[in-house]
Amino acid sequence: MSARDRILARVRAAVDGAPEAPPAARDYLTSHTPDDPAALLDLLHENLADYRALVHRTDPAGVGPLIGRLLGARGSASVLAPAGLPPEWLAHTTCVRVEDTPDATAAELDAVDSVVTGCALAIAETGTLVLDAGPDQGRRRITLVPDHHICVVRIPHQLVASVPQAMLRLDPRRPLTWISGPSATSDIELDRVEGVHGPRTLEVVLVGE
Amino acid sequence: MRVALFVTCVNDAVYPATGVATVKLLERLGVEVDFPAGQTCCGQPQFNTGYRHETEVLVRRMGRVFEGYDHIVTPSGSCAAMVRDAYPRMARRAAAEGRDAGLGAIATSLAPRVYELTEFLVDVLGVTDVGAYFPHTVTYHPSCHGLRLLGLGDRPRRLLQAVEGLDLRELPGAEECCGFGGTFAVKNPDVSTAMGADKVRDAAATGAEVLCGADNSCLMHLGGILHRQDAPMRALHIAEILLSTKAEPHV
Amino acid sequence: MSGTFVGMPAFPKAARDAVRDETLRGNLRHATHTIRDKRATAVAELADWQELREAGRRIKDHTLRHLDRYLVQLEESVTAAGGIVHWAADADEANRIVGELVKATGESEVVKVKSMATQEIGLNEALAAEGIHAYETDLAELIVQLGDDRPSHILVPAIHRNRGEIRDIFREKMASWGRPAPDGLTEEPADLAEAARLHLREKFLRAKVAISGANFMVAETGTLVVFESEGNGRMCLTLPETLISVVGIEKVVPTWQDLEVFLQTLPRSSTAERMNPYTSMWTGTTDGDGPRTFHLVLLDNGRTDALADDIGRQALRCIRCSACLNVCPVYERAGGHAYGSVYPGPIGAILTPQLRGTTSEIDASLPYASSLCGACYEVCPVAIDIPEVLVHLREKVAEQGGPGHRLEKAAMKAASWVMDHPAVMAAGERAALRTRALHPKRPPGAGAWTESRDLPELPEEPFRDWWRKNRT
Repeated sequence: MSARDRILARVRAAVDGAPEAPPAARDYLTSHTPDDPAALLDLLHENLADYRALVHRTDPAGVGPLIGRLLGARGSASVLAPAGLPPEWLAHTTCVRVEDTPDATAAELDAVDSVVTGCALAIAETGTLVLDAGPDQGRRRITLVPDHHICVVRIPHQLVASVPQAMLRLDPRRPLTWISGPSATSDIELDRVEGVHGPRTLEVVLVGE
Repeated sequence: MRVALFVTCVNDAVYPATGVATVKLLERLGVEVDFPAGQTCCGQPQFNTGYRHETEVLVRRMGRVFEGYDHIVTPSGSCAAMVRDAYPRMARRAAAEGRDAGLGAIATSLAPRVYELTEFLVDVLGVTDVGAYFPHTVTYHPSCHGLRLLGLGDRPRRLLQAVEGLDLRELPGAEECCGFGGTFAVKNPDVSTAMGADKVRDAAATGAEVLCGADNSCLMHLGGILHRQDAPMRALHIAEILLSTKAEPHV
Repeated sequence: MSGTFVGMPAFPKAARDAVRDETLRGNLRHATHTIRDKRATAVAELADWQELREAGRRIKDHTLRHLDRYLVQLEESVTAAGGIVHWAADADEANRIVGELVKATGESEVVKVKSMATQEIGLNEALAAEGIHAYETDLAELIVQLGDDRPSHILVPAIHRNRGEIRDIFREKMASWGRPAPDGLTEEPADLAEAARLHLREKFLRAKVAISGANFMVAETGTLVVFESEGNGRMCLTLPETLISVVGIEKVVPTWQDLEVFLQTLPRSSTAERMNPYTSMWTGTTDGDGPRTFHLVLLDNGRTDALADDIGRQALRCIRCSACLNVCPVYERAGGHAYGSVYPGPIGAILTPQLRGTTSEIDASLPYASSLCGACYEVCPVAIDIPEVLVHLREKVAEQGGPGHRLEKAAMKAASWVMDHPAVMAAGERAALRTRALHPKRPPGAGAWTESRDLPELPEEPFRDWWRKNRT
């Protein structure tokens, strides 16, 4: 008898005759926020900032110049960009553009100063960005190894209020990375310290229509 | 209204003054109190130590002794919780073992009739000012079972706040367990005492003269620590404070 | 479970030393009170907390009731997505499977994401015996590993260490594991985190094999989920070529939508955040992104024993948030090590005796390591009635007898008999009270009580006698 069959047999014996346990009633809220786009955007901004992300707002024409300024202020010499990133986002920087390729080594990524990506969506109530490896986001590792991540969120259509709303729009077959602020730890005396292994600086660009 | 006092075994043997205070207080408020002599113990120590089957005989006794009373009042949140929370569980467990053992009917009958004293005063009699006078500083420790299993909330504190002359001091970390925990106090004496010492320290920090509670088992533990430390604070059951008046300072 | 804790003394004895360790008491008090208050704030933000808690409870109960079905569905989904599923009935089997998988890659070192399941089975020690170095990459796990220590908390395994102790461990031990601690390392948490970043980065960048656990597995989609804060999880889950995840069978949930409940309740209960910094979800393998090979090892190791207990099985709902530890007054004073298991605190007291049985001294003592105050049940995001399970396990321990329990059982039986005979009880009370002047201050046998507490002054007569004289 295989371990699989042994375990399944033990499970069946264990629950044999146990009372039925019906699936959960989903009577919890699908959103905790009033349906007001401006308030939602403010809430996202506030919650991102609360977990130490640096938040900027601009319009579609302002994205390129803003990213140029952010990279310049950081003193970055190289910027990693996924293949599907809108070219105008990097039209105002003199940084060397590094491509997201499958054969790049981790050490090569480690030498890059900054990374710019889009996202799949943002959740206002939790201040969360979700990446799903889409064309403007690239492989999971590129937003992880460089120390400076600029993430662009297109408002309003990438903005949802809540986790339940986000789940409806995400595809579980894609690798998903949920990001809420820069990396952090509370392992020392439960004192929160921002910046451990992931990017120590997360900048979020909220692009309004 | 036929009201029975369930005094509890600890109060009967060790803290009769609490039982006396409960009787006199209820009588002052116009309640006719009866004390069915067949009562002994709700079985909590046995049950919580893992002797459920040995407890069942006491559940049946409780059912018999308190039959026919509209209300059963007890000056112990912990014992009230035993009846309201554990008796139904015991009945369900017995049923799961293919026995009814008469427990189901007893639990169903007793649970809605059993009241902890402060609950009875506030919810049934509808009073918070019981006409008491107690010119002392007091801090109140809400015992866990009253707090979490009965949901006594702010009832005890409302009763104390209404006492003339009483200065109620907020107890820091009030919702934390004092460390008594029944047999826990002797099975894990070091942790139990550490918890009690912390509670006593928090109480002392309020500067109050009296550490008040609604459960004498917790007060026995805390009072024992206070006594050992020769602390200038004494532990006192809420019933004894509420009984005190200008004319008759009970304590 | 792991042999690490075999021969541990019973809880009361282990706790005795912890209670007397002033530094430890201070560390624990500070940490647990900090997180406790933050959690309350984070939970208060959600108006539907109780509905989420109930949904979490019911999702878990439903899954456990049909665990066979959901495990088979999970296996199908993971396999269809390119993963390889293994089953391990116990720790030895799981360790053997993982060891063979690592060896098949030709590698002799692995990086690890913090995982309770791999701690539980003693995987690092088993791999070491096979010549494989397993590097812990979570900051607290690193502190524990470098300090040759044991975890004492589910969320923050090094909670028993303060910043000064951590700095000393880094200074003394980092060099023998890899990149040494920077010169002039201070005890500032930010500095210590930076030292860990530098020390571990070289390991992340060269690692070919990673080992993780998972917080959730979705049967419907084959998706695994890891919640973390530091980014070490993301490093391990995306950089290496091979990923091996060891996960307890109770971690499965039926549907993708079920995750929305736990994505709301876990971070707030655990780190007291609206959302933890990083959550990774992966379904099998993805071409050109992340590990090329993904193995899932499903672990029983006593879980089906717990599942067979109609009261005890609710412990399997646990999502390892550690909220119960942070509010537990016993944990706060005894510390995590006294529980003799990787699962300390209230959840440990009900989980360990079910996973390992109650034959050892430490395991038989765990159900009593509680004052039954109920603070744990109040905060549990899946509504595990821990006090109920504790009392139930006490019953089982009492039934099996063992040291002290035969005497206790006889005493309890006698007490019940006396209590069922009021006249006998009253006679006993009167006898005791009449002779109270003769009682010693600290009677023999009352040592556990009187070592630090005085006994109450006994009254002149029991209440029942007052009643008879004054009201009848």
